[in-house]
Amino acid sequence: MNRPLGTLNLTINGTDHAIPADPGRRLSEVLREDLRLTGTKVGCDAGDCGACTVLIDGAPVCACLTPVAQAAGRRVTTVEGLPDAGFAPLQQSFLRHGAAQCGICTPGMLVAAAALLAANPAPTRAEAEEALGGVLCRCTGYAKIIDAVTSVGQADLPAPPPAGAAVGARIERLDGGPKVAGTERYGADLAPENALIVRAIRSPHHAARFTLGDTAAWAAAQPGPVLVFTAADIPGDNVFGTIPAFVDQPALAQSHVRMRGEAIAIVAADPGTIEAVDLDAFPVTWQPETPELDVTAARAGNLIHDNRPGNVLIAGKVHKGDPGAALAAASQTATARIETAYVEHAYIEPESGAAWMEGDTLVIEAGTQAPVMDRDDTARVLGLPPDRVRIIPAATGGGFGSKLDLSLQPLIGLVALKTGRPARMIYTRRESMASTTKRHPARMTGTAATDADGRITAMTFDGDFNTGAYASWGPTVAVRVPVHASGPYRVPNYHATARAVHTNGPSSGAFRGFGVPQAAILQETLFEDLALANAMDPLAFRRLNALQQGDATVCGQRPGGVGIADSLAALQPHWDAARARAAELNARSKTLRHGVGLASCWYGCGNTALPNPSTIRLGITPEGALRLHQGATDIGQGANTVITQICADALGLPVAAFGLVGPDTHLTPDCGKTSASRQTYVTGKAAEIAGRALRARLLTLTNSGEDAALALDGADIVARDAHGERRVRLSDLPPDAHGYAIAAEETYDPPTRALDENGQGEPYAVYGWGAQMAEVVVDMALGTVRVLRMTAAHDLGRVINPLLAEGQVEGGIAQGLGLALMEEYIPARTENLHDYLIPTTGDMPEIRSIFVEVADPEGPMGAKGLGEHVLIPTAPAILNAIRHASGARITRLPALPHRVLAAIRDAQA
Amino acid sequence: MTAYHRPTDLDAALRLLADTGATVAAGCTDLFPATDRRALPGPVLDITAIPALRGIVATPEGLRLGATTTWTDVIRADLPPAFDMLKEAAREVGSVQIQTAGTLAGNLCNASPAADGVPCLLALDAGVELASTTGTRRLPLSAFLTGPRQTARRPDELLAAIHIPAAATAGRSRFLKLGARKYLVISIAMVAARIATDAGRVTQAAIAVGACSATARRLPDLERALTGAPATALAAHVTEDRIAPALSPIDDIRADAAYRTHAAAELVRRALTDLSPQEAAA
Repeated sequence: MNRPLGTLNLTINGTDHAIPADPGRRLSEVLREDLRLTGTKVGCDAGDCGACTVLIDGAPVCACLTPVAQAAGRRVTTVEGLPDAGFAPLQQSFLRHGAAQCGICTPGMLVAAAALLAANPAPTRAEAEEALGGVLCRCTGYAKIIDAVTSVGQADLPAPPPAGAAVGARIERLDGGPKVAGTERYGADLAPENALIVRAIRSPHHAARFTLGDTAAWAAAQPGPVLVFTAADIPGDNVFGTIPAFVDQPALAQSHVRMRGEAIAIVAADPGTIEAVDLDAFPVTWQPETPELDVTAARAGNLIHDNRPGNVLIAGKVHKGDPGAALAAASQTATARIETAYVEHAYIEPESGAAWMEGDTLVIEAGTQAPVMDRDDTARVLGLPPDRVRIIPAATGGGFGSKLDLSLQPLIGLVALKTGRPARMIYTRRESMASTTKRHPARMTGTAATDADGRITAMTFDGDFNTGAYASWGPTVAVRVPVHASGPYRVPNYHATARAVHTNGPSSGAFRGFGVPQAAILQETLFEDLALANAMDPLAFRRLNALQQGDATVCGQRPGGVGIADSLAALQPHWDAARARAAELNARSKTLRHGVGLASCWYGCGNTALPNPSTIRLGITPEGALRLHQGATDIGQGANTVITQICADALGLPVAAFGLVGPDTHLTPDCGKTSASRQTYVTGKAAEIAGRALRARLLTLTNSGEDAALALDGADIVARDAHGERRVRLSDLPPDAHGYAIAAEETYDPPTRALDENGQGEPYAVYGWGAQMAEVVVDMALGTVRVLRMTAAHDLGRVINPLLAEGQVEGGIAQGLGLALMEEYIPARTENLHDYLIPTTGDMPEIRSIFVEVADPEGPMGAKGLGEHVLIPTAPAILNAIRHASGARITRLPALPHRVLAAIRDAQA
Repeated sequence: MTAYHRPTDLDAALRLLADTGATVAAGCTDLFPATDRRALPGPVLDITAIPALRGIVATPEGLRLGATTTWTDVIRADLPPAFDMLKEAAREVGSVQIQTAGTLAGNLCNASPAADGVPCLLALDAGVELASTTGTRRLPLSAFLTGPRQTARRPDELLAAIHIPAAATAGRSRFLKLGARKYLVISIAMVAARIATDAGRVTQAAIAVGACSATARRLPDLERALTGAPATALAAHVTEDRIAPALSPIDDIRADAAYRTHAAAELVRRALTDLSPQEAAA
């Protein structure tokens, strides 16, 4: 009969727990909050992401969808229990293959894989893809995860590289152990004692005025003590933003909301109370306004911000030569109009974190890509001097640009500051998607032309980029796009304009590429048109027009280390084989048509002609511990590992000797933001300089020559060369202000030259280059597209870590594939991960990475950035492949089946 | 803490339902996504501890699929080829995690226009057994599903089982689902088709389309055209005018209406091609 359920008996990882539990609670909640088994992650609370996968009696389920009553009396296995269940080799395999990047999906992947391997110890790739199809990953593109699952126990970890051999070594990530163990600490895993839980009241309207009712009476009517904070409680300037000249976003709106999801108040209460609080009845009266949602209409519509006429936040321009005359004189011209959608970052970790007071310092630990910016902006909002705010970056479960912006920091900071109590906040998936930034939807037109030999003579570009309600990184997009919209090609006559235009849509900010991926879609469509118009092979056309060393860009810059020609050349044999393969297959099938397409990328690393220094501190303690203050936040991309590899070889000590001090604003100098593909280059360069500086000091200290080999032996530094061994006891040296016996601190800032009124200058000191080739099959009757293979040739200058570089390529391609084929964020309609689709294991092609190394004269050991480059060519390569297969010229993204079918019919008409 | 009942026998469950009008919970794969809360809003009647409600058994009249039979149970069950489509659909429901927990009856009671199980069960001539303290009634599935997210279930009734008549267990079957990605995807359109033949002629044709109308629909015009036809080149009978009248597709974020009708016809054609003997052998 009706069982007494005051206590539930759970067997978790072989241990019995008696829990005074609410039987209808999510199992994920009980595991994480009651038992503090925080290895089980929560990404959506809807079964859409699989991060919370656990085994019940050996079968995988989503813990977020399981009422704890249904787990009672059964065996529950979480990631923490995998070693005892015999799956330590699986975890090792994940580490060895680089299958964990940010790590937030890793526990779910591991547990789902364990269920598979228990039944099938030697699965095929297809079997692994099916078994893991219910766990989303936004970083890896899944390839290395499938590699790991299908080769458990097949190879040992390679020996760590010796001193001087770190750069170029395929070493596993240095911070990977906790990710595969489930012990990594993300913002949602932080549970300070006595913490208040914070929830936000958000606008359901795109645009509205509002008045608050009697919040005190509402709070008093709740079942326990509840605190309410509104704009009136904010002690500092209630405005934040990423670029000082455009700061415009309130932490809590005062009387007017400009987008759905904007916070107007926060509510804080004890954990036992907050669940019972009726947030839907929060006293607020809305007066909805007619929103501006279309970017073109917005240019003549109601002003979103009174000081921005035409709703134009900023326009960027690059002008070179005489494009009008060149177009008029051209042999062939092509024109295109392309529209892209809002794209959601869809990291699997919603924003989360905790804040507390340490003396009079406010400490905030949350996922981030930009700790010092978080500190300064939070301090401004809360009326504190920056040194009274300390940002400790929690492990960050994916960022891709969105976690450059503040989200919950000022909200939990306000609660901690006002109450003196710790405060926790975890965004729901809906809240994360509604309130944080997106990739700019772009409405772009362009024309390009060639002479009779197929040489590009001119290109024009005009784009409206929907920057949504607040500035965020809109200015960066508007500036970067005209600089890059030519692609890595010689374009002697050029005019490009990009406007960031406000609407009442979600704020568009930074997303891997800052508008360049959208611009590349237009540009590579035009260039495909021109190749076809000239009856030229698309690859030959691009090789003919690729920038060569010594050529000037559209900004008039002559960059070093130009690697696009080499990247395109690297594709040639693959291209020839794939085109032949497609022709052969197409001779046999009318319904399934194969196609091969390609596109290129270039991307300037670091800020656009603005300072963006990184400072690296490196020291050895009197006890002989080598510590690298590594301030580049590692959001999964691998900075902790790559920066250490560079520093290790510059210093001449092995990677294994390094201890990392993370990017805590109280402990580590500023390495700027993890953005703009700048960390390997800029922070890497600072690490190289600091490593060399410390090496020079150690050589002086030991009176050794340049070629001496260094080693740490207990508290001694040992130098050996042809003349023998010298040894200095570090504890004999007077420690410096940071407690180090010997140390170096060096800063590097990229040398750039400002752009003039025509966008001429030297916006970046280092560029990365690449080209990708897509092989697709198009179903001519249904308009569905399957990407079979991507071949990606990227010039990294110098490959610091091939394993991690491949991971970047594979992950970038996954996001580019999503941009091309399925991702379209629509406010209020796709605020979840089942209506907003990102690729699953089953959607990913085979990926072949080819690394080209054209050394950059400026980059550390020749290295260039990679993180954003890798997704720029993916979508246009896929679209060009669709066109090759089917004739369909896609002008609206994503290329959903109905749009592809319509374009096929247009092409056949 | 909300009231949460987890009885172990059906009579107790029906009494609780009559007394409380509780939300009936099984796999919870639709209930939890509908709330941001940490616990299911109550009162809740969890029927997963009632052994009699789970499993697939033969009955004198056909097959009985208990309400809490999961998708994984269906995949693992030994069933005749007429159920291949239901197994194919089961493998495409959400993910392995969802298939472990999600139930057939939950899929029906949730009544999504895109419910993966519905076209297959329609093509199996399924009926539902609704139990309450006042007795049990049977409804054809097509009468049970009254609209998007709407069913004929009274608040005091439990969907206890799904019944497949013996006649509908004949033939071979195929399920095709079209979505914008491989796993964890809501259908743009889907098709379930079952064809029984005898002596080279089609004796039964049962074809249903999902996600192209408020509830999944059978295609009576096409079924009539197929019945009695030679059991070869079945796809040749597919014309849009034998499909479109049964459907009322909508434009949504996944596709437009015209595309849905076109895609439904194409999927029906492919399912019938797969079920046509000579083409399968080719």
